[in-house]
Amino acid sequence: MIKKPDDDAAPRWRPAPLLPREAAQDILLVFVTGVLCFFACLAVICALAANRAAGGWSDQLKDSATVLIRPVGDESADTAAGRAAAALGGVKGVAEARVLEKAKAETLVQPWLGPAAQVADLPLPRMVTVQFETKGPHPTAAQLAAALKGAGVDGMVDDHSRWIGDILRAGALARTAAITAAVLIALSAAAVIAFATRAGLAARHEIVEVLHLAGAEDRSIIRLFQDRLAELAALAGLLGGAAAALVAAMARLMGGADGLTPVLPIAWTDLLTGLACPLIAAAVAAVAARITAARLIGGMP
Amino acid sequence: MRFEGVGMRYGRSPEVLQDISFELRPGSFHFLTGPSGAGKSSLLKLIYLAHRPSRGRVSLFGRDVLSVTRPETPALRRRIGVVFQEYRLLDHVSVFDNAALPLRLAGLKPSSYQGDVAELLTWVGLGRRFTALPPTLAGGEKQRLAIARAVVGRPDLLIADEPTGNIDRPMGLRILRLLTELNKLGTTILVASHDQDLVARSGMPVMEMDQGRLSWRGAAGP
Repeated sequence: MIKKPDDDAAPRWRPAPLLPREAAQDILLVFVTGVLCFFACLAVICALAANRAAGGWSDQLKDSATVLIRPVGDESADTAAGRAAAALGGVKGVAEARVLEKAKAETLVQPWLGPAAQVADLPLPRMVTVQFETKGPHPTAAQLAAALKGAGVDGMVDDHSRWIGDILRAGALARTAAITAAVLIALSAAAVIAFATRAGLAARHEIVEVLHLAGAEDRSIIRLFQDRLAELAALAGLLGGAAAALVAAMARLMGGADGLTPVLPIAWTDLLTGLACPLIAAAVAAVAARITAARLIGGMP
Repeated sequence: MRFEGVGMRYGRSPEVLQDISFELRPGSFHFLTGPSGAGKSSLLKLIYLAHRPSRGRVSLFGRDVLSVTRPETPALRRRIGVVFQEYRLLDHVSVFDNAALPLRLAGLKPSSYQGDVAELLTWVGLGRRFTALPPTLAGGEKQRLAIARAVVGRPDLLIADEPTGNIDRPMGLRILRLLTELNKLGTTILVASHDQDLVARSGMPVMEMDQGRLSWRGAAGP
Protein backbone atom coordinates (compact mmCIF):
# COMPACT_ATOMS: atom_id res chain seq x y z
CA MET A 1 0.00 0.00 0.00
CA ILE A 2 2.68 2.46 1.02
CA LYS A 3 5.34 3.15 -1.61
CA LYS A 4 8.84 4.28 -0.92
CA PRO A 5 9.32 7.98 -1.67
CA ASP A 6 10.88 8.93 -4.94
CA ASP A 7 11.82 12.34 -3.60
CA ASP A 8 15.51 12.54 -2.90
CA ALA A 9 15.14 15.23 -0.26
CA ALA A 10 14.56 12.80 2.59
CA PRO A 11 18.01 11.16 2.67
CA ARG A 12 19.64 14.58 2.98
CA TRP A 13 17.16 15.77 5.60
CA ARG A 14 18.42 17.34 8.78
CA PRO A 15 16.03 18.69 11.43
CA ALA A 16 15.53 22.42 10.93
CA PRO A 17 15.65 24.96 13.78
CA LEU A 18 12.26 25.05 15.49
CA LEU A 19 12.55 28.75 16.16
CA PRO A 20 12.54 30.93 13.03
CA ARG A 21 15.22 33.56 12.66
CA GLU A 22 13.89 37.10 12.46
CA ALA A 23 16.68 38.98 10.69
CA ALA A 24 15.54 42.54 11.41
CA GLN A 25 14.63 41.86 15.03
CA ASP A 26 17.86 39.93 15.65
CA ILE A 27 20.05 42.68 14.16
CA LEU A 28 18.33 45.28 16.32
CA LEU A 29 18.83 43.20 19.46
CA VAL A 30 22.51 42.58 18.62
CA PHE A 31 23.00 46.30 18.03
CA VAL A 32 21.37 47.43 21.30
CA THR A 33 23.04 44.72 23.38
CA GLY A 34 26.37 45.35 21.63
CA VAL A 35 26.24 49.05 22.54
CA LEU A 36 25.47 48.13 26.16
CA CYS A 37 28.35 45.64 26.17
CA PHE A 38 30.65 48.33 24.74
CA PHE A 39 29.86 50.73 27.58
CA ALA A 40 30.02 47.97 30.20
CA CYS A 41 33.49 46.95 28.97
CA LEU A 42 34.70 50.56 28.93
CA ALA A 43 33.38 50.99 32.48
CA VAL A 44 35.29 47.91 33.65
CA ILE A 45 38.48 49.04 31.87
CA CYS A 46 38.12 52.47 33.52
CA ALA A 47 37.62 50.79 36.91
CA LEU A 48 40.80 48.76 36.44
CA ALA A 49 42.77 51.83 35.35
CA ALA A 50 41.42 53.97 38.21
CA ASN A 51 42.33 51.24 40.65
CA ARG A 52 45.83 51.07 39.21
CA ALA A 53 46.26 54.86 39.31
CA ALA A 54 45.10 55.11 42.94
CA GLY A 55 47.32 52.17 43.90
CA GLY A 56 50.37 53.73 42.25
CA TRP A 57 49.88 57.11 43.87
CA SER A 58 49.34 55.70 47.34
CA ASP A 59 52.37 53.38 46.93
CA GLN A 60 54.53 56.37 46.08
CA LEU A 61 53.26 58.37 49.02
CA LYS A 62 53.10 55.73 51.71
CA ASP A 63 56.79 54.81 51.26
CA SER A 64 58.02 58.33 51.97
CA ALA A 65 57.64 61.34 54.26
CA THR A 66 58.45 65.01 53.91
CA VAL A 67 59.94 67.11 56.70
CA LEU A 68 59.74 70.93 56.68
CA ILE A 69 62.72 72.41 58.51
CA ARG A 70 62.46 75.61 60.57
CA PRO A 71 65.92 77.03 61.45
CA VAL A 72 66.39 77.85 65.11
CA GLY A 73 68.48 80.81 66.31
CA ASP A 74 71.43 81.76 64.10
CA GLU A 75 71.69 78.40 62.42
CA SER A 76 71.26 78.58 58.67
CA ALA A 77 68.44 76.65 57.01
CA ASP A 78 70.93 74.56 55.06
CA THR A 79 72.80 73.53 58.21
CA ALA A 80 69.55 72.69 60.03
CA ALA A 81 68.35 70.66 57.08
CA GLY A 82 71.64 68.78 56.93
CA ARG A 83 71.44 67.91 60.62
CA ALA A 84 67.82 66.88 60.24
CA ALA A 85 68.69 64.58 57.35
CA ALA A 86 71.47 63.00 59.38
CA ALA A 87 69.16 62.47 62.36
CA LEU A 88 66.34 61.05 60.29
CA GLY A 89 68.68 58.76 58.36
CA GLY A 90 69.41 56.98 61.61
CA VAL A 91 65.82 56.11 62.37
CA LYS A 92 64.99 52.42 61.99
CA GLY A 93 63.09 51.76 58.79
CA VAL A 94 64.45 54.80 56.95
CA ALA A 95 66.36 53.91 53.79
CA GLU A 96 67.42 57.43 52.90
CA ALA A 97 66.90 61.00 54.16
CA ARG A 98 67.93 63.67 51.71
CA VAL A 99 67.82 67.45 51.77
CA LEU A 100 65.78 68.74 48.87
CA GLU A 101 68.03 71.03 46.86
CA LYS A 102 67.08 74.69 46.92
CA ALA A 103 66.81 74.79 43.15
CA LYS A 104 64.40 71.86 43.17
CA ALA A 105 62.31 73.47 45.91
CA GLU A 106 62.16 76.65 43.84
CA THR A 107 61.07 74.65 40.80
CA LEU A 108 58.30 73.11 42.86
CA VAL A 109 56.82 76.46 43.91
CA GLN A 110 57.38 78.19 40.55
CA PRO A 111 54.02 77.03 39.06
CA TRP A 112 52.13 78.50 42.03
CA LEU A 113 53.88 81.88 42.00
CA GLY A 114 54.18 82.42 38.28
CA PRO A 115 57.20 83.14 36.05
CA ALA A 116 57.45 86.79 37.09
CA ALA A 117 58.09 85.99 40.75
CA GLN A 118 61.62 86.36 42.08
CA VAL A 119 61.63 82.96 43.71
CA ALA A 120 65.31 83.12 44.55
CA ASP A 121 64.69 86.08 46.83
CA LEU A 122 61.97 84.35 48.82
CA PRO A 123 62.75 82.79 52.20
CA LEU A 124 61.73 79.32 51.13
CA PRO A 125 61.76 76.70 53.88
CA ARG A 126 64.09 73.75 53.38
CA MET A 127 62.72 70.29 53.13
CA VAL A 128 64.04 66.81 53.78
CA THR A 129 62.59 63.90 51.88
CA VAL A 130 62.62 60.62 53.75
CA GLN A 131 62.45 57.34 51.83
CA PHE A 132 61.38 54.30 53.85
CA GLU A 133 62.66 50.81 53.44
CA THR A 134 60.27 48.79 51.30
CA LYS A 135 60.34 45.82 53.66
CA GLY A 136 59.39 45.93 57.29
CA PRO A 137 57.29 48.47 59.18
CA HIS A 138 57.64 52.15 58.38
CA PRO A 139 58.56 54.59 61.17
CA THR A 140 55.65 56.71 62.37
CA ALA A 141 55.51 60.49 62.16
CA ALA A 142 55.94 60.61 65.94
CA GLN A 143 59.16 58.56 65.72
CA LEU A 144 60.55 60.89 63.05
CA ALA A 145 59.55 63.96 65.11
CA ALA A 146 61.27 62.44 68.17
CA ALA A 147 64.46 61.95 66.15
CA LEU A 148 64.36 65.60 65.05
CA LYS A 149 63.75 66.72 68.61
CA GLY A 150 66.65 64.57 69.79
CA ALA A 151 68.93 66.34 67.29
CA GLY A 152 67.63 69.75 68.37
CA VAL A 153 66.05 70.51 65.02
CA ASP A 154 62.65 72.14 64.72
CA GLY A 155 60.70 70.53 61.92
CA MET A 156 57.24 69.52 60.82
CA VAL A 157 56.83 65.91 59.70
CA ASP A 158 54.28 65.09 56.98
CA ASP A 159 53.91 61.34 56.56
CA HIS A 160 51.38 61.84 53.69
CA SER A 161 48.71 59.91 55.62
CA ARG A 162 46.12 62.59 54.90
CA TRP A 163 46.87 62.46 51.15
CA ILE A 164 47.03 58.69 51.08
CA GLY A 165 43.58 58.53 52.70
CA ASP A 166 42.19 60.99 50.18
CA ILE A 167 43.74 59.13 47.27
CA LEU A 168 42.51 55.79 48.52
CA ARG A 169 39.04 57.25 48.97
CA ALA A 170 39.15 58.78 45.49
CA GLY A 171 40.39 55.50 44.01
CA ALA A 172 37.70 53.51 45.82
CA LEU A 173 35.07 56.00 44.66
CA ALA A 174 36.23 55.76 41.03
CA ARG A 175 36.32 51.97 41.26
CA THR A 176 32.85 51.80 42.85
CA ALA A 177 31.44 54.21 40.28
CA ALA A 178 32.86 52.19 37.39
CA ILE A 179 31.69 48.86 38.81
CA THR A 180 28.24 50.31 39.53
CA ALA A 181 28.08 51.57 35.96
CA ALA A 182 29.11 48.14 34.64
CA VAL A 183 26.50 46.38 36.81
CA LEU A 184 23.75 48.84 35.82
CA ILE A 185 24.63 48.38 32.16
CA ALA A 186 24.58 44.59 32.60
CA LEU A 187 21.15 44.85 34.24
CA SER A 188 19.97 47.07 31.37
CA ALA A 189 21.21 44.44 28.94
CA ALA A 190 19.32 41.78 30.90
CA ALA A 191 16.16 43.92 30.79
CA VAL A 192 16.55 44.42 27.03
CA ILE A 193 16.99 40.68 26.55
CA ALA A 194 14.00 39.89 28.78
CA PHE A 195 11.96 42.32 26.70
CA ALA A 196 13.24 40.71 23.50
CA THR A 197 12.36 37.26 24.83
CA ARG A 198 8.88 38.43 25.71
CA ALA A 199 8.47 40.00 22.27
CA GLY A 200 9.91 36.87 20.66
CA LEU A 201 7.51 34.64 22.52
CA ALA A 202 4.59 36.89 21.62
CA ALA A 203 5.63 36.94 17.95
CA ARG A 204 6.10 33.17 17.94
CA HIS A 205 3.15 32.35 20.15
CA GLU A 206 1.64 30.09 17.50
CA ILE A 207 4.84 28.07 17.25
CA VAL A 208 5.21 27.78 21.00
CA GLU A 209 1.59 26.64 21.29
CA VAL A 210 2.03 23.99 18.60
CA LEU A 211 5.17 22.67 20.28
CA HIS A 212 3.47 22.78 23.66
CA LEU A 213 0.41 20.86 22.48
CA ALA A 214 2.51 18.39 20.50
CA GLY A 215 4.18 17.34 23.74
CA ALA A 216 7.35 19.41 23.89
CA GLU A 217 8.76 19.64 27.40
CA ASP A 218 8.61 23.14 28.88
CA ARG A 219 12.36 23.06 29.35
CA SER A 220 12.88 22.24 25.66
CA ILE A 221 10.84 25.26 24.57
CA ILE A 222 12.56 27.47 27.13
CA ARG A 223 15.91 26.21 25.92
CA LEU A 224 15.09 27.23 22.35
CA PHE A 225 14.71 30.84 23.47
CA GLN A 226 17.57 30.63 25.96
CA ASP A 227 20.02 29.33 23.36
CA ARG A 228 18.91 31.75 20.68
CA LEU A 229 19.14 34.82 22.93
CA ALA A 230 22.47 33.65 24.40
CA GLU A 231 23.84 33.19 20.88
CA LEU A 232 22.76 36.70 19.87
CA ALA A 233 24.09 38.20 23.11
CA ALA A 234 27.43 36.42 22.65
CA LEU A 235 27.71 37.98 19.20
CA ALA A 236 26.75 41.37 20.65
CA GLY A 237 29.29 40.89 23.45
CA LEU A 238 31.99 40.01 20.95
CA LEU A 239 31.32 43.14 18.89
CA GLY A 240 30.88 45.43 21.92
CA GLY A 241 33.92 43.99 23.70
CA ALA A 242 36.08 44.29 20.59
CA ALA A 243 35.00 47.90 20.07
CA ALA A 244 35.75 48.75 23.71
CA ALA A 245 39.15 47.05 23.49
CA LEU A 246 39.89 49.01 20.32
CA VAL A 247 39.00 52.33 21.97
CA ALA A 248 41.07 51.44 25.06
CA ALA A 249 44.01 50.39 22.87
CA MET A 250 43.85 53.72 21.02
CA ALA A 251 43.79 55.59 24.34
CA ARG A 252 46.78 53.53 25.50
CA LEU A 253 48.74 54.13 22.29
CA MET A 254 47.93 57.86 22.13
CA GLY A 255 48.37 58.30 25.89
CA GLY A 256 51.48 57.19 27.67
CA ALA A 257 52.85 58.93 30.72
CA ASP A 258 51.95 62.46 29.63
CA GLY A 259 49.30 61.79 27.06
CA LEU A 260 45.59 61.13 27.22
CA THR A 261 45.74 58.69 30.08
CA PRO A 262 48.10 59.87 32.80
CA VAL A 263 45.25 59.71 35.33
CA LEU A 264 43.85 56.46 33.88
CA PRO A 265 46.87 54.29 33.15
CA ILE A 266 45.39 51.60 30.90
CA ALA A 267 47.42 48.40 30.76
CA TRP A 268 47.39 46.09 27.77
CA THR A 269 46.04 43.33 30.03
CA ASP A 270 42.95 45.49 30.69
CA LEU A 271 41.97 44.87 27.08
CA LEU A 272 41.38 41.22 27.95
CA THR A 273 38.12 42.42 29.49
CA GLY A 274 36.77 42.32 25.95
CA LEU A 275 37.39 38.57 25.84
CA ALA A 276 35.13 37.95 28.84
CA CYS A 277 32.38 40.14 27.42
CA PRO A 278 30.78 37.54 25.06
CA LEU A 279 30.73 34.95 27.83
CA ILE A 280 29.22 37.29 30.41
CA ALA A 281 26.72 38.69 27.88
CA ALA A 282 25.68 35.16 26.86
CA ALA A 283 25.29 34.12 30.51
CA VAL A 284 23.21 37.21 31.37
CA ALA A 285 21.08 36.68 28.25
CA ALA A 286 20.58 32.99 28.98
CA VAL A 287 19.41 33.69 32.52
CA ALA A 288 17.15 36.58 31.49
CA ALA A 289 15.64 34.61 28.59
CA ARG A 290 15.20 31.51 30.74
CA ILE A 291 13.38 33.35 33.52
CA THR A 292 11.16 35.26 31.08
CA ALA A 293 10.33 32.25 28.92
CA ALA A 294 9.69 30.03 31.95
CA ARG A 295 7.28 32.58 33.39
CA LEU A 296 5.38 32.95 30.12
CA ILE A 297 5.26 29.26 29.25
CA GLY A 298 4.31 28.44 32.84
CA GLY A 299 1.11 30.41 32.20
CA MET A 300 0.07 28.03 29.40
CA PRO A 301 -2.27 25.14 30.26
CA MET B 1 -11.07 8.05 28.02
CA ARG B 2 -13.84 8.83 30.42
CA PHE B 3 -15.86 12.00 31.06
CA GLU B 4 -18.00 12.12 34.20
CA GLY B 5 -20.36 15.09 34.70
CA VAL B 6 -17.90 17.42 33.01
CA GLY B 7 -18.53 21.15 32.64
CA MET B 8 -16.24 23.68 31.04
CA ARG B 9 -16.20 27.44 30.82
CA TYR B 10 -13.79 30.03 29.45
CA GLY B 11 -12.92 32.45 32.24
CA ARG B 12 -16.08 33.71 33.93
CA SER B 13 -18.35 33.13 30.93
CA PRO B 14 -21.27 30.65 31.08
CA GLU B 15 -20.46 26.98 30.63
CA VAL B 16 -19.90 25.94 27.04
CA LEU B 17 -20.02 22.26 28.01
CA GLN B 18 -22.51 20.93 30.52
CA ASP B 19 -22.79 17.58 32.23
CA ILE B 20 -20.80 15.67 29.64
CA SER B 21 -20.45 11.98 30.48
CA PHE B 22 -19.17 9.26 28.17
CA GLU B 23 -16.47 6.66 27.87
CA LEU B 24 -14.38 5.70 24.86
CA ARG B 25 -12.86 2.29 25.19
CA PRO B 26 -9.30 1.69 23.98
CA GLY B 27 -9.27 0.92 20.26
CA SER B 28 -12.70 2.43 19.58
CA PHE B 29 -13.54 4.77 16.69
CA HIS B 30 -16.16 7.49 17.15
CA PHE B 31 -17.41 10.48 15.25
CA LEU B 32 -18.42 13.69 16.96
CA THR B 33 -20.93 15.81 15.09
CA GLY B 34 -23.03 18.85 15.76
CA PRO B 35 -23.64 22.37 14.47
CA SER B 36 -21.04 25.10 14.72
CA GLY B 37 -20.78 26.46 18.25
CA ALA B 38 -22.23 23.29 19.75
CA GLY B 39 -19.06 22.69 21.80
CA LYS B 40 -17.21 20.11 19.68
CA SER B 41 -13.90 21.97 19.65
CA SER B 42 -14.18 22.71 23.39
CA LEU B 43 -14.72 19.02 24.07
CA LEU B 44 -11.65 18.18 21.98
CA LYS B 45 -9.61 20.80 23.86
CA LEU B 46 -10.37 19.00 27.10
CA ILE B 47 -9.13 15.76 25.57
CA TYR B 48 -5.87 17.10 24.20
CA LEU B 49 -5.22 18.96 27.45
CA ALA B 50 -5.42 22.46 26.03
CA HIS B 51 -8.00 23.28 28.68
CA ARG B 52 -9.02 21.92 32.07
CA PRO B 53 -12.59 21.07 33.10
CA SER B 54 -14.30 23.54 35.41
CA ARG B 55 -16.15 20.66 37.05
CA GLY B 56 -16.53 16.93 36.78
CA ARG B 57 -13.79 14.46 36.01
CA VAL B 58 -11.88 13.74 32.80
CA SER B 59 -9.76 10.59 32.78
CA LEU B 60 -7.18 9.85 30.09
CA PHE B 61 -5.29 6.57 29.99
CA GLY B 62 -6.55 5.89 33.51
CA ARG B 63 -5.38 9.25 34.92
CA ASP B 64 -7.61 12.07 36.16
CA VAL B 65 -6.30 15.01 34.11
CA LEU B 66 -6.51 17.29 37.14
CA SER B 67 -4.07 15.03 38.97
CA VAL B 68 -1.54 15.10 36.14
CA THR B 69 1.39 17.28 37.15
CA ARG B 70 2.97 19.73 34.77
CA PRO B 71 6.14 17.67 34.25
CA GLU B 72 3.94 14.63 33.44
CA THR B 73 1.78 16.49 30.92
CA PRO B 74 4.12 16.48 27.86
CA ALA B 75 4.48 12.69 27.95
CA LEU B 76 0.70 12.36 28.15
CA ARG B 77 0.27 14.79 25.25
CA ARG B 78 2.68 12.77 23.12
CA ARG B 79 0.29 9.83 23.39
CA ILE B 80 -2.37 11.96 21.70
CA GLY B 81 -2.28 12.91 18.03
CA VAL B 82 -4.26 16.01 17.12
CA VAL B 83 -5.46 17.23 13.73
CA PHE B 84 -6.38 20.85 14.32
CA GLN B 85 -9.15 22.41 12.29
CA GLU B 86 -6.85 25.34 11.44
CA TYR B 87 -3.92 22.91 10.82
CA ARG B 88 -1.45 24.76 13.08
CA LEU B 89 1.58 23.93 10.96
CA LEU B 90 5.01 25.46 11.51
CA ASP B 91 5.25 27.80 8.54
CA HIS B 92 9.03 28.31 8.74
CA VAL B 93 10.02 24.64 8.43
CA SER B 94 9.53 22.16 5.62
CA VAL B 95 6.73 19.69 5.07
CA PHE B 96 9.10 16.96 6.19
CA ASP B 97 10.04 18.79 9.40
CA ASN B 98 6.38 19.39 10.19
CA ALA B 99 5.47 15.76 9.73
CA ALA B 100 8.44 14.59 11.81
CA LEU B 101 7.74 16.98 14.68
CA PRO B 102 6.09 14.56 17.17
CA LEU B 103 8.92 12.04 16.71
CA ARG B 104 11.51 14.75 17.11
CA LEU B 105 9.82 16.00 20.30
CA ALA B 106 9.76 12.43 21.59
CA GLY B 107 13.56 12.55 21.45
CA LEU B 108 14.03 9.95 18.70
CA LYS B 109 17.04 10.02 16.41
CA PRO B 110 16.25 11.34 12.92
CA SER B 111 17.74 8.24 11.33
CA SER B 112 15.23 6.08 13.19
CA TYR B 113 12.13 7.76 11.77
CA GLN B 114 13.20 9.42 8.55
CA GLY B 115 12.02 6.51 6.39
CA ASP B 116 8.65 6.24 8.16
CA VAL B 117 7.99 9.95 7.72
CA ALA B 118 8.86 9.78 4.04
CA GLU B 119 6.55 6.79 3.54
CA LEU B 120 3.66 8.44 5.33
CA LEU B 121 4.04 11.72 3.44
CA THR B 122 4.12 9.82 0.17
CA TRP B 123 1.01 7.93 1.17
CA VAL B 124 -0.94 11.15 1.86
CA GLY B 125 0.17 12.50 -1.52
CA LEU B 126 2.95 14.81 -0.38
CA GLY B 127 5.82 12.67 -1.66
CA ARG B 128 7.06 15.42 -3.94
CA ARG B 129 6.62 18.26 -1.47
CA PHE B 130 9.07 17.23 1.24
CA THR B 131 11.05 20.47 1.12
CA ALA B 132 8.12 22.80 0.50
CA LEU B 133 7.12 25.27 3.17
CA PRO B 134 3.50 25.12 4.40
CA PRO B 135 2.55 28.60 3.13
CA THR B 136 3.19 27.31 -0.41
CA LEU B 137 0.79 24.38 0.02
CA ALA B 138 -2.83 24.30 -1.10
CA GLY B 139 -5.52 23.97 1.59
CA GLY B 140 -5.97 20.25 1.01
CA GLU B 141 -2.22 19.65 1.14
CA LYS B 142 -1.99 21.49 4.45
CA GLN B 143 -4.77 19.33 5.83
CA ARG B 144 -3.06 16.14 4.69
CA LEU B 145 0.17 17.33 6.26
CA ALA B 146 -1.65 18.05 9.53
CA ILE B 147 -3.05 14.52 9.44
CA ALA B 148 0.35 13.02 8.70
CA ARG B 149 1.84 14.89 11.65
CA ALA B 150 -0.94 13.66 13.94
CA VAL B 151 -0.59 9.99 13.02
CA VAL B 152 3.16 9.69 12.43
CA GLY B 153 3.90 8.75 16.04
CA ARG B 154 1.16 6.07 16.08
CA PRO B 155 -0.53 7.75 19.03
CA ASP B 156 -2.74 5.85 21.49
CA LEU B 157 -5.46 8.40 20.91
CA LEU B 158 -6.14 10.43 17.77
CA ILE B 159 -8.29 13.55 17.89
CA ALA B 160 -9.22 15.07 14.55
CA ASP B 161 -11.18 18.27 14.14
CA GLU B 162 -12.74 18.34 10.66
CA PRO B 163 -9.89 16.37 9.06
CA THR B 164 -11.58 16.15 5.67
CA GLY B 165 -13.02 19.65 5.54
CA ASN B 166 -10.79 20.96 2.75
CA ILE B 167 -10.01 17.89 0.70
CA ASP B 168 -11.82 16.26 -2.18
CA ARG B 169 -13.98 13.15 -1.83
CA PRO B 170 -11.41 10.55 -2.99
CA MET B 171 -8.74 11.97 -0.70
CA GLY B 172 -11.33 12.21 2.10
CA LEU B 173 -12.07 8.52 1.73
CA ARG B 174 -8.36 7.77 1.62
CA ILE B 175 -7.86 9.67 4.86
CA LEU B 176 -10.77 7.75 6.39
CA ARG B 177 -9.05 4.53 5.31
CA LEU B 178 -5.80 5.69 6.93
CA LEU B 179 -7.65 6.44 10.17
CA THR B 180 -9.38 3.06 10.03
CA GLU B 181 -6.06 1.27 9.54
CA LEU B 182 -4.58 3.21 12.41
CA ASN B 183 -7.60 2.22 14.50
CA LYS B 184 -7.01 -1.42 13.61
CA LEU B 185 -3.50 -1.05 15.00
CA GLY B 186 -5.06 -0.10 18.35
CA THR B 187 -5.36 3.69 18.24
CA THR B 188 -8.52 5.11 19.77
CA ILE B 189 -9.98 7.65 17.36
CA LEU B 190 -12.39 10.51 17.79
CA VAL B 191 -13.21 12.57 14.70
CA ALA B 192 -15.24 15.78 14.81
CA SER B 193 -16.84 16.22 11.41
CA HIS B 194 -19.62 18.01 9.58
CA ASP B 195 -19.28 15.54 6.70
CA GLN B 196 -22.44 13.49 7.20
CA ASP B 197 -21.72 11.37 4.14
CA LEU B 198 -18.31 10.40 5.46
CA VAL B 199 -19.79 9.69 8.89
CA ALA B 200 -22.46 7.49 7.34
CA ARG B 201 -19.92 5.63 5.15
CA SER B 202 -17.70 4.87 8.13
CA GLY B 203 -20.44 3.06 10.02
CA MET B 204 -18.84 4.14 13.27
CA PRO B 205 -20.78 5.26 16.38
CA VAL B 206 -21.63 8.94 16.48
CA MET B 207 -21.75 11.36 19.39
CA GLU B 208 -23.77 14.49 18.83
CA MET B 209 -23.14 17.82 20.48
CA ASP B 210 -25.81 20.47 20.75
CA GLN B 211 -25.63 23.60 22.89
CA GLY B 212 -22.90 22.14 25.04
CA ARG B 213 -24.66 18.86 25.73
CA LEU B 214 -23.84 15.42 24.40
CA SER B 215 -26.14 12.76 23.08
CA TRP B 216 -25.67 9.50 21.14
CA ARG B 217 -27.04 8.86 17.71
CA GLY B 218 -28.61 5.50 16.98
CA ALA B 219 -28.06 2.42 19.02
CA ALA B 220 -24.35 3.00 19.65
CA GLY B 221 -24.23 4.45 23.13
CA PRO B 222 -21.92 4.41 26.07
